Order: sequence, then structure tokens, then C-alpha cells
Amino acid sequence: MSPLLNVADVSLKIGENLILENISFRIGAGQITTLIGPNGAGKTSLIRIILGLQRATAGTVSILPRTRIGYMPQKLVIDPSLPLSVRAFLKLADRNHANTTAALERVGVPHLFDSPMAHLSGGETQRVLLARALLRKPHLLVLDEPVQGVDVNGQEALYKLIGQIRDTTGCSILMVSHDLHLVMAATDQVLCINQHLCCHGTPEVVSADPIYRELFGARTALYTHHHDHEHDLHGGVAHQHEDCNHG
Amino acid sequence: MGEFLIYALLAGLGVAVIAGPLGAFVVWRRMAYFGDTLAHSALLGISLSLWLSITPGVAVALTCVLIAVGLFVLQHRQTLATDTLLGILSHSSLALGVIAIYLIPNANMNLESILFGDLLTVSGADLITIWAVGLGVLLVLIRLWRPLLAITVHQDLAQVEGTPVAAVKAVLMLSLALVIAIAMKVVGVLLITALLIIPAATARHFVRSAEAMALLASALGCLAVAAGLMLSLFADTPAGPSIVLCAGVLFVVSQIVSKARP
Repeated sequence: MSPLLNVADVSLKIGENLILENISFRIGAGQITTLIGPNGAGKTSLIRIILGLQRATAGTVSILPRTRIGYMPQKLVIDPSLPLSVRAFLKLADRNHANTTAALERVGVPHLFDSPMAHLSGGETQRVLLARALLRKPHLLVLDEPVQGVDVNGQEALYKLIGQIRDTTGCSILMVSHDLHLVMAATDQVLCINQHLCCHGTPEVVSADPIYRELFGARTALYTHHHDHEHDLHGGVAHQHEDCNHG
Repeated sequence: MGEFLIYALLAGLGVAVIAGPLGAFVVWRRMAYFGDTLAHSALLGISLSLWLSITPGVAVALTCVLIAVGLFVLQHRQTLATDTLLGILSHSSLALGVIAIYLIPNANMNLESILFGDLLTVSGADLITIWAVGLGVLLVLIRLWRPLLAITVHQDLAQVEGTPVAAVKAVLMLSLALVIAIAMKVVGVLLITALLIIPAATARHFVRSAEAMALLASALGCLAVAAGLMLSLFADTPAGPSIVLCAGVLFVVSQIVSKARP
């Protein structure tokens, strides 16, 4: 079976700056792929090329025909002069009332339906963005730093939700992240890029790779410890992670 | 009450109605300076229409499009900030427009009426043009409301969802050019942006949806037109600036009222 997404030898050059160099990878149906890399590694550029928002200087991106893509952008900055409720925001993607309420329920924040977008917390904004991406009934969900601006507890819950969405809808997920240990436990394939593709494979393979360790340091080694309980205090969570990282 | 006054009122209301929703987009998209630049270039359009003997409205719309294309080209060279580029385009085209008008032999053109409007000399033909263009643009905005709002909220997201971003932006720009062309007679090229942004900014405090803001902006614009004309009539002040002043007063009042509310 041909992959849902096939990225072949993609390079991007802006002026004299080489942003991406010969990146190739594939995403199969139902797979969760995580793109990691240091700041300025070209993660967002790669995402934009895949989404068709930017043209690659060289290489090709092929996506199976009739693939619907849901996109969750890294940032949502709405001018404060624009009054917009969550309902109105979701209506931009789908006018059907039943669909928008269902999407908001799916991401666990149905009570926010009539709230102004400007009043949402970081975590709430990310969930509403995710709801909008889901309204497309996507085959491929592209998430650019989905837990940005979310506190540690919220991050874990959000990754859990993303995993559940894959399990129930069967969609493929491509997400950008730089908080490694939380995300890697719920990922099928990790792509570590820094202009070029440094290393890739299962989380276990990548975290053992010397290049990966050099880029991110030993502290960010794979976190496989499974939480079977919820945390409610930041300090407690941070402490536990510390233990696990070095375990 | 003279016929000229009814014409003036209807012309002003026609522009205020369309300036509401369009002005809301100018505010949301932070296009105030862009609007100003287009309005200033409209003066160049007027002189162009005299040189080439074509309809002023067409010439103004044409010049606005040219300026917008010029800005687009300059922006892609990416050395100077957009507001610097706008400042250059805006003031050079204003200067060129003024000089061109002076250079036209027996132009019989009153510069002041172009700069500040000449509402009290609106003719029946002007009135028809204003309402035809105004309603036309209004219909287009209503038809394209969702994509327009989508690209305003998040352009990339809208594009991934299939909104034809470039086309929608072009329509918005063209609408702005057309409304500037019809608003010139009412408030003049120097004050057009005020009529677009002040009612929309005033409406912001009292609404919870984009649609309500556009509607309220139209209503406040109409109120400013009516009040401005009254002021002009009783205090013998120029009509265009009187309308803008009334809009400004409404804005100040709205600030005080919204502060007073808990």
C-alpha cells in the first residue's frame, strides 16, 4: 500500500540560507509521526511545505488523492478588535451546528461554546484549534507544536487526547514538538531534523542515536514510564520526570 | 429644507452604510494606513481622469489598484517595513496628485473640495453612483463574509481549509478602492479613512460578534452623517469635516460610556 504522505528529497533555500536539505520520509495510514529538532531547525518550514503554504526549492511532496488535511497552527493571534466567540470561530470551518458542538465535545471543552476566543487560556485555545482541525474530518492531522502555552498537566492530557483521536478516527498524525519525553511515548515514528534529517525511526531507536543525544543532551533521553494516575501539582510532576529521565 | 440637503444626506448615508462592514475589516486587518494610502492616491486618480477625460470613479479605482500592486511588489523585496513603504507611496502620490492638478490648464478644479469633500453639491447622478456602488460592494461583502473573516482570523489555516486567499484579498482591496472612490465626494480624500475606522472602532465596545460590529458601525456612521450635516447647516461649517468630527465625538462618548459600565 502506498503511504498517505511521501516526502522525497525536499530542500528549501531562502536567499542564501539553506533551511532544509534533502529531507525524505513517509507517513503511513494511522501512524503518529513526531518531528523534533532544535529551534530554527526548519520544522515549521517543512510543515508549511507539506501543507502547500510554501514551495520547496527542490524535491516533491506527494499526498494520496482526496486526502483531507486538518491543520492546527502553532499560534493563533486574533486582533483584539475582532469580537469572535468559539462558536463563530468553529463556524469558519463548518457551518453545521451539530458538527461544531460535536467537535468541541470531542476535545473536552463543550462548555466553551459561547466564550469569546480572547478569554481562553492557552490549553483551551489549543483544544479549540484542535476541534477546528477535526471539523475537516481529516485523514491527516498536522499539528504544529500542539501543546504550546499549556502547563505540564495540560500537556500530558493533550497528548493523551491526540492519541485517542488517532485510535478512534484512524487518521494519521504529523506533529511538531520539542518537549521530547512526553511525546515520544505516544509516537510510532520520530524524525529528528536539523536542516537535514539527522536520524529517524521508533522512539527507542532515535533516543539511542548519538546524534540525537548530542542535539538534545542526555537529560532528554526517552521517557517510557507510564502514568497510571493524574497529577495536580507542578512540582510533583517535575520531580517524577527527573527521576524517570535518569532511570 | 432644500433638495441639496436631502441629496447630501442620502449620499452620506449611502457611504456610511457600506463603510460600516468594510471599515470593520480595515480595523481587524490593521489596514488603516493602507486605506489612507489608497485614499491619497485617489487624488492622483482625479487628475488622471482630467488628463485622459475618463470618468473620475473609474480613474480613482484604477489608481488604487495600481498603488496596491506597487505595494505588493515592494513588499516582496522585503527590505523596508510595510508602514515605511506605505508612507512613501501615500505621500508621493498625494504630492504628485496635487501637482498634476495644478499643471492641468483650465482644470477648473477646486482642490479643497477633493481634499475635504463637497457633499452639498452632490448631484442626482452622484447619488445613483454612490448607492449603486455601495450596495454592490455590500452584496459582495455579505456573499464573501465567511472567507473574508476566515483569512482575517488566520490566513494559513483558511488556505489549508481551501479558501482562495489571494482572490479574497484582491476582492477586499478592490472593494476598498471602490468605496474610496464614492466616499471622496462626501468627506474628501484626506478624511475617508476616518469614516471607515472611527465608526467600527466605536462599535467594538458594545458587541460580541463580528456581524454585530459591522452592523453597529453602519448605524453609527449614519448617525455621524446626520449629526455632521446638522452641524454644517447650523454652524455653517464644511460638511465633510463636520461628519468626521461627529464620528470622533461619538467615539469619545463611547469610551466614556464603556468605562462607566462595570
